[in-house]
Amino acid sequence: MFDINIIRKDFPILNREVNGKPLVYLDNAATSQKPQIVIDSIVDYYSTYNANIHRGVHTLSQEATDVFEIARKKVQKHFNIKESKEVILTSGTTHSINIVANGYAEILQKGDEVIVSAMEHHSNIVPWQMLCERTGAVLKVIPMNSEGELILSEYEKLLSEKTKLVFVNHVSNALGTINPIEIIIEKAHEVNAAVLVDGAQACSHIKVDVQKIDVDYYVTSAHKMCGPTGVGMLYGKKELLNELQPYQGGGEMIKEVTFEKTTYADLPHKFEAGTPNISGGIAFGVAIDYLNEIGFDEIANYENELIAYATQQLLEIEGLKIYGTSQYKTSVISFNIEGIHPYDIGTIVDKLGIAVRTGHHCAQPIMEFYKIPGTVRASFSFYNTKEEVDVLVNAVKKAKMMLQ
Amino acid sequence: MNIKEIQEELIDEFSMFDDWMERYEYMIELGKSLPLISEEQKSDDKLIKGCQSKVWLHAELNNDTISFTADSDAIITKGIIAILLRVFSNQKPEVILNANTDFIDEIGLKEHLSPTRANGLVSMIKQLKLYALAFQTQLNK
Repeated sequence: MFDINIIRKDFPILNREVNGKPLVYLDNAATSQKPQIVIDSIVDYYSTYNANIHRGVHTLSQEATDVFEIARKKVQKHFNIKESKEVILTSGTTHSINIVANGYAEILQKGDEVIVSAMEHHSNIVPWQMLCERTGAVLKVIPMNSEGELILSEYEKLLSEKTKLVFVNHVSNALGTINPIEIIIEKAHEVNAAVLVDGAQACSHIKVDVQKIDVDYYVTSAHKMCGPTGVGMLYGKKELLNELQPYQGGGEMIKEVTFEKTTYADLPHKFEAGTPNISGGIAFGVAIDYLNEIGFDEIANYENELIAYATQQLLEIEGLKIYGTSQYKTSVISFNIEGIHPYDIGTIVDKLGIAVRTGHHCAQPIMEFYKIPGTVRASFSFYNTKEEVDVLVNAVKKAKMMLQ
Repeated sequence: MNIKEIQEELIDEFSMFDDWMERYEYMIELGKSLPLISEEQKSDDKLIKGCQSKVWLHAELNNDTISFTADSDAIITKGIIAILLRVFSNQKPEVILNANTDFIDEIGLKEHLSPTRANGLVSMIKQLKLYALAFQTQLNK
């Protein structure tokens, strides 16, 4: 049973005030807030069993290793990953993407093609540009339409036997569009290209089954899923990960070291050089449990209702335009008011205790597409309420009045 | 009026406001009254980096003082520009270089001084002082 009043009590930060007003946190696409149970798991680790993992024979190290590896199994189960060795615990989405991009630096040949979508976050553009510069591969872009949806017929035209990799986000952080990743993966596989899906924006709203969608690489960050910052996941099919060269050298990732040659450890440790974010990994597992206990169907139902209400209320403001109007969207409303800079609106609503993001949302190509300097982005989570939507709408109206 | 007197005048003006809304409404008014700059002055080389809103700053030496003109695509930023220009425009380079900026805190806009603030107030002040330094070097030749 989804009870918003009980859920809100799980998040201590929601009690605080900002600028003398109760906090209305609508920047969930940037990072989610953390329930007490996740915060406690970090305190508990450092208070009772802090030790380095995977190497000590002493009891504390064993305990910490066990809990960390249980967390990896929780991640595995949540994403329905076949083997736990296919779960690489990274520092986050950006790190995960860079592991794959660097691995492909050894594989791609001049003239190979890689495809990204027009609505990527900079973290899913820049590593591939760097990869293309290093290898001589060519970067192609799937265009989008004015609703903020990828044009699949154009995508199909880009695919050929030269295509080696396709990168697309599951949900656009700037627009909220849910991309049709199943179709994108299926079409890419027809030309034997691998697909990496950036799930940073999706995973707090959608439960992903990596085997069902047959994705080759799936990456995400814990901090957008009620977990801590500094930890994330790289899922890759075992046979693909085995082909990739490790990105960082160090402890933990080796099998044998001599001055002549080092052999690498098996998956997942090959990609986990150095001491990992132990408390973060453990808390990531707790966050996944927390979300599953509420239930992803319940979360989706609640959030969809909330976003429909917010959309309807915001559109009643004269001159307000929403960017990203696909019927397949989640959690994000990106908007502007005619004649007013998004930065001005953001400044005024902040004064009223509301956290929204303004700017280009690390997706400058999208802003270029719409010919706008940026947007105001309100992004919702299951702990937000209709009352908070009302506070936002009134604040935007007030800002409009002051600024026009 | 010297630069110190202008700053004190601003502090006096802002002390009349009871709350942030009145302060911001006044800043928005100041922003609206800022003289427009011509389109050719809004070139990329006049753009100040580090601002979420665009800020163009243009400087000219008139005898021994610098006159600044500036514009932004965001109105609150324009209000901040209007305040800065009132203090720094038509002053001698060395006066600009030696001026402190405590008045920003005193008029209740301290939050805009944080380097993470996207409006780039810090970048603007840095750019004003860079112009002052350049013109001072030119005058000393």
